Amino acid sequence: MTSAHAPFDVARIRKDFPILEREVRPGVPLVYLDSAATSQKPLAVLDAMRDYNERHNANVHRGIHTLAEEATALYEGAREKVASFIGATDSREVVFTKNSTEAMNLLARVVPLHPGDEVVITEMEHHSNIVPWQLACERSGATLKWIGLTDDGRLDLSNLDQLVSERTKVVAFVHQSNLLGTVNPVATIAAKAHEVGAIVMVDASQSVPHMPVDVATLGADAVAFTGHKMCGPTGIGVLWARLDLLEELPPFLGGGEMIDEVTMAGSTYAAVPHKFEAGTPPIAQAVGLGAAVDYLSDLGMDAVHAHEQQLTSYLLDGLHSVDGLRVIGPPTMESRGGAVSFILDGIHPHDVGQLLDESGVAVRVGHHCARPACLRYGIPATSRASLYLYSDTADVDALIAGLGKVRSFFG
Amino acid sequence: MSAPQLESLYQEIILDHYRKPHHRGLRDPYEAEVHHLNPTCGDEITLRVHLDGETVADVSYEGHGCSISQASASVMTDLVIGKPIGEATAVHEEFLRLMQSKGELEPDEDVLEDAVAFAGVSRYPARIKCALLAWMAWKDATAQAVDQTGGSE
Repeated sequence: MTSAHAPFDVARIRKDFPILEREVRPGVPLVYLDSAATSQKPLAVLDAMRDYNERHNANVHRGIHTLAEEATALYEGAREKVASFIGATDSREVVFTKNSTEAMNLLARVVPLHPGDEVVITEMEHHSNIVPWQLACERSGATLKWIGLTDDGRLDLSNLDQLVSERTKVVAFVHQSNLLGTVNPVATIAAKAHEVGAIVMVDASQSVPHMPVDVATLGADAVAFTGHKMCGPTGIGVLWARLDLLEELPPFLGGGEMIDEVTMAGSTYAAVPHKFEAGTPPIAQAVGLGAAVDYLSDLGMDAVHAHEQQLTSYLLDGLHSVDGLRVIGPPTMESRGGAVSFILDGIHPHDVGQLLDESGVAVRVGHHCARPACLRYGIPATSRASLYLYSDTADVDALIAGLGKVRSFFG
Repeated sequence: MSAPQLESLYQEIILDHYRKPHHRGLRDPYEAEVHHLNPTCGDEITLRVHLDGETVADVSYEGHGCSISQASASVMTDLVIGKPIGEATAVHEEFLRLMQSKGELEPDEDVLEDAVAFAGVSRYPARIKCALLAWMAWKDATAQAVDQTGGSE
């Protein structure tokens, strides 16, 4: 997976993304540093979706006409591409959902929990890996436990042995934090969870797009991620889970597609993954995700990761050079990815984001759907710059220059 | 930073109120206290209203947020403190109309005073909620205070 690819040429790659050529206002080119919120889409993805809709559009898994068979083959082909991209040995382990949020809700909805059971999550989770478990605990009478954070933006695993016990049924945590950029030690936590027989679910929304992720060796029993953060379209996400786990869990939503036989007395359910895919699925979106996975595979995820690591280091150096700026999250490159949150002394992130936009620089401001982590660090919000495979040093330079203008405007 | 559009958002009046907010701090007495937040950006305000009969006798607040939300709270207290509830509500409605105007409305300076500086905010949909946070908190607290004091009308 290291040598078969062309050298990583960011200037050439940028040409695959037409949106990167636009101006946000006359004379002000876009500097897109918000890929952790959503990535831009290469032409290959846009073309694949257009071609699907222009030439092959039909519903899947029903009808025997030509288009229906083509659409089904494209949809199931996308599932196989995704499976192979994440190292799943069996494409039946890939369940298509609407997004990561739905993938995590699916699992939280179907995992059996009872009074006295415990679910362990962490304080750096996105709300989509908090609220579904809060709801599951409310429904079942189970208790939610939290792994805390250290001052430098990492999980505090010092009391993991107390937090994870024989009462623990699920341990759910983020692979790479969307707020802090921290990359968490999945294997360490998974090993502890598996000692007590708990299911390990990893929110990989910010890791699968940016680094090689191999579910066969990751240590998780289930992994959630989303298409639109990995060059794919919105409207499609993935829940990967071990086949035996998927087979033993009850269905999520009921409807067409997910049944085997329906009578007035009751129904039996389709085999996985269809058991978890009620109704007409996001077909064009799956095709788009398949094209995105092809695009990423052609670049090579090792190369994508190496590029982003190099640029993140450049970004951190740049940010550390700005007066009165504090990085929220790991300040060094150790176990961190390319989403970097920061605050500017005395200037609210909303104002930072507004003024940066004036220079065409798009960053995210707010609590990034990770309010517990913001509260942990005593801040209401941050500004966050996040990189992707098409980001370059000019993007970072524009951000740092823009931050200088922000300082002088409010100074 | 001389883009004309941005200058129209960050008026000097707004920056002045942001740097030196009026009536800030929580004070007694009060009949109602509310806590409002803007869930998308994390702006928060805790606001108290003290009524004296039909008059808004005091509005005090504590909070954090962007320059627009903080300056708006400061300007709002200037506008409503000392006014009869009905008159203050009319100012609130005028401000609401300005915020919904997408930059098309010429603000009435006689009614809105310093709040005319927020006219430019109405062109930034993401920021309108910031400008309205304190006003919505005031409206909520005032309604509760009226209930509390027996709803004299």
